[in-house]
Amino acid sequence: MSACCETPAFVPPVAPPDATLRTVVLIGPPNSGKSTLFNRLTGLRQKVANFPGVTVEQRMGLMAGVGREDLTLIDLPGIYSLDPFSEDARVSIDVLRGEMPGTPKPDAVLLVMDSLHLTRQLMLAAPVLALGLPTLVLLNMSDLMAERGGKVDALKLARELGAPVAQVSAVQGDGMDAIPLFLNQQSERAGAKPLSLPVLGNAASAHAWAAQVSRKTGYRAPLSVEGTRKIDNVLLHRFWGPLLFLVVVVAVFEVVFSIGQPLSDGLGDVLARMGELIRPLLPAGWLQSLVLDGAWKGISSVLVFLPQILLLFLFIGILEDSGYLSRAALIADRVMRTTGLNGKAFIPLLSGYACAVPAIMATRVIENKRDRFATILVTPFMTCSARLPVYMLLIAAFIPNVAYLHGFLGLRTLVMLGLYLAGFVGAMTTAWLLKSSILKSNDAPFILELPQYRMPTLRSLGLRLVDRARVFLKQAGTIILCVTLALWVLAHLPVMHSASGEISAPQLADSVIGRLGHFIEPAIAPLGFNWKIGIGLLSSVLAREVMVSTMGTLYGADPGTQALSLHAALNHDMTLGGALALMIFFAFAMQCTSTMAVVRREMNSWKWPAAQFLYMLVLAWVAAFVVNHLTMMFLG
Amino acid sequence: MSVLSELKVGESGVLVSLDLSESVQNHLMHMGFVPDALVTSLRRAPAGDPTVYGVDGMEIALRRETAAAIIMRVATSDEIEVNEDNYLPERIEATR
Repeated sequence: MSACCETPAFVPPVAPPDATLRTVVLIGPPNSGKSTLFNRLTGLRQKVANFPGVTVEQRMGLMAGVGREDLTLIDLPGIYSLDPFSEDARVSIDVLRGEMPGTPKPDAVLLVMDSLHLTRQLMLAAPVLALGLPTLVLLNMSDLMAERGGKVDALKLARELGAPVAQVSAVQGDGMDAIPLFLNQQSERAGAKPLSLPVLGNAASAHAWAAQVSRKTGYRAPLSVEGTRKIDNVLLHRFWGPLLFLVVVVAVFEVVFSIGQPLSDGLGDVLARMGELIRPLLPAGWLQSLVLDGAWKGISSVLVFLPQILLLFLFIGILEDSGYLSRAALIADRVMRTTGLNGKAFIPLLSGYACAVPAIMATRVIENKRDRFATILVTPFMTCSARLPVYMLLIAAFIPNVAYLHGFLGLRTLVMLGLYLAGFVGAMTTAWLLKSSILKSNDAPFILELPQYRMPTLRSLGLRLVDRARVFLKQAGTIILCVTLALWVLAHLPVMHSASGEISAPQLADSVIGRLGHFIEPAIAPLGFNWKIGIGLLSSVLAREVMVSTMGTLYGADPGTQALSLHAALNHDMTLGGALALMIFFAFAMQCTSTMAVVRREMNSWKWPAAQFLYMLVLAWVAAFVVNHLTMMFLG
Repeated sequence: MSVLSELKVGESGVLVSLDLSESVQNHLMHMGFVPDALVTSLRRAPAGDPTVYGVDGMEIALRRETAAAIIMRVATSDEIEVNEDNYLPERIEATR
């Protein structure tokens, strides 16, 4: 039975001076169930994960879950104290004090604590309550608390803290009534004086105070469960642990490719057929060409990769929500430290296999600034899902489908693995270079909390995928649509007048885009790239997958047999050396404006992403040059 | 007097002080590594380092160099008993 009926009878002695309530913040230590509560209160999508401090962005939502659509709820990153030890804590402090630009000063605070570890969690209560904002203390996980024989007197605790206290279970939805009750009281009350709490100078006095409070409230910690330790006996076993770790990583990629490929092919067929259905509806001529050969073909050549990308995010979501990712960080720490990074960098780097943008935001869990900067700078080397379309197109066009070891290992798979390995080695080498030069740091402790294993919920995984799909489709509908349209227009300008006065499009080589491609050709010819590839490289600076749609538009392939004819066109136009060089170029080059923007935001300067872009470009050029010439020497 | 990194897996000790920079010390204290806390060495990572420590009902991994800066003393039998009790499944049944 849950303790939801013990909702506060104690009225808060604090209220905002002007009694108008607009903004409420949600704060609490990592793993206190804050994100689940946020989901329940707002009904908005939000990442719920098990890695300490994974809520790296502040999120907002209207409190529709408790019938208060007029209130904005801000979800803050999980923090242990108001000591600005990490970026997360700094963000939270700024928001709470109303010093965060663009975020309104909060009018009320919901302080969430895991009642299973109340003594420790209370250490955050004193500094938060001392801010003088009206605060409701929520003792979360009341269901588990009751189940495992823990006890706390909420009324006594409310008296000690001078703030109302409610016992809730965000997972079960118990005790939620306390929240609207508290909020309604805030709108009516005004002018009360805050209860004075002891000023806590350091962590030791904060702990002494927290221990004293929890003693006075008759707190008894619940019993620990054995389940997590039994699972860890296997997953962190000296021999089985690393082996299972490798199996998990390989299995993720295997499933993404073996299930994702047929799904992609199927989607490609459907999109091509849809294009053919539209064709008769448009008058033949430039409009039909613009819509079908320009826009539709460009977008669908990128859309087909949605299944693979979603599968990759699904697996990373399962690993993260279950709590395994923290164990993976523990196993990876030994390897990561040889480069100068620590195990926590493993989480952003693994997410980097899906997309560098969320991965770079996830680096906020790394407390040490230099470690964090080094991780941000190497994350774009990880083979993100946007590189997949380019690799798959080139592999399908140039690498024969030969199988080794009785069909267990294909040449195409080997090339793909080689490209993933190239990215990983690039990241590790760069990390080592950075950590032994400009980003050297001595005092960077590795402190990792291992949360209990949880079953990932379908709801949380589903919300994650919807979120990713939305971002991907938005990208396809904006950047990629614009680029393909612009390319189509540039490929059809300047308008030619024939002797008889008829208007026609120029030859591709004479068009604006053709001349631009020829202009940069000398710089890329040593890599085995012609001017069309040059245009592809220029346009893919926006996003890597644009390369594929650009090739599609430039080679003007028929939508019905698009993949086939694009392969044939590329095969006719490029050498094997050039194709391999192009793949290695994409492995190293930083072709993504979204990543550059997020690096600028996280490192607060344009200098870093500019240096990163140049470094990766030079590396990509040199590697492509070497690969092209080696191929010519040995295979040409 | 000894340091945390010297605890063998399965052994417990009582924390005396932290010989670390103030920010790291503060962070660790907020995670439960406070003076008089009972800390148990639970397991080593597969590579032998870091080590997972149990403190205040949570599991926290620290590298050897960090654990070597945490000064410990021997726990009295009373102090250990309270902790071990918490993990006995029979006690879960008993309290229901």
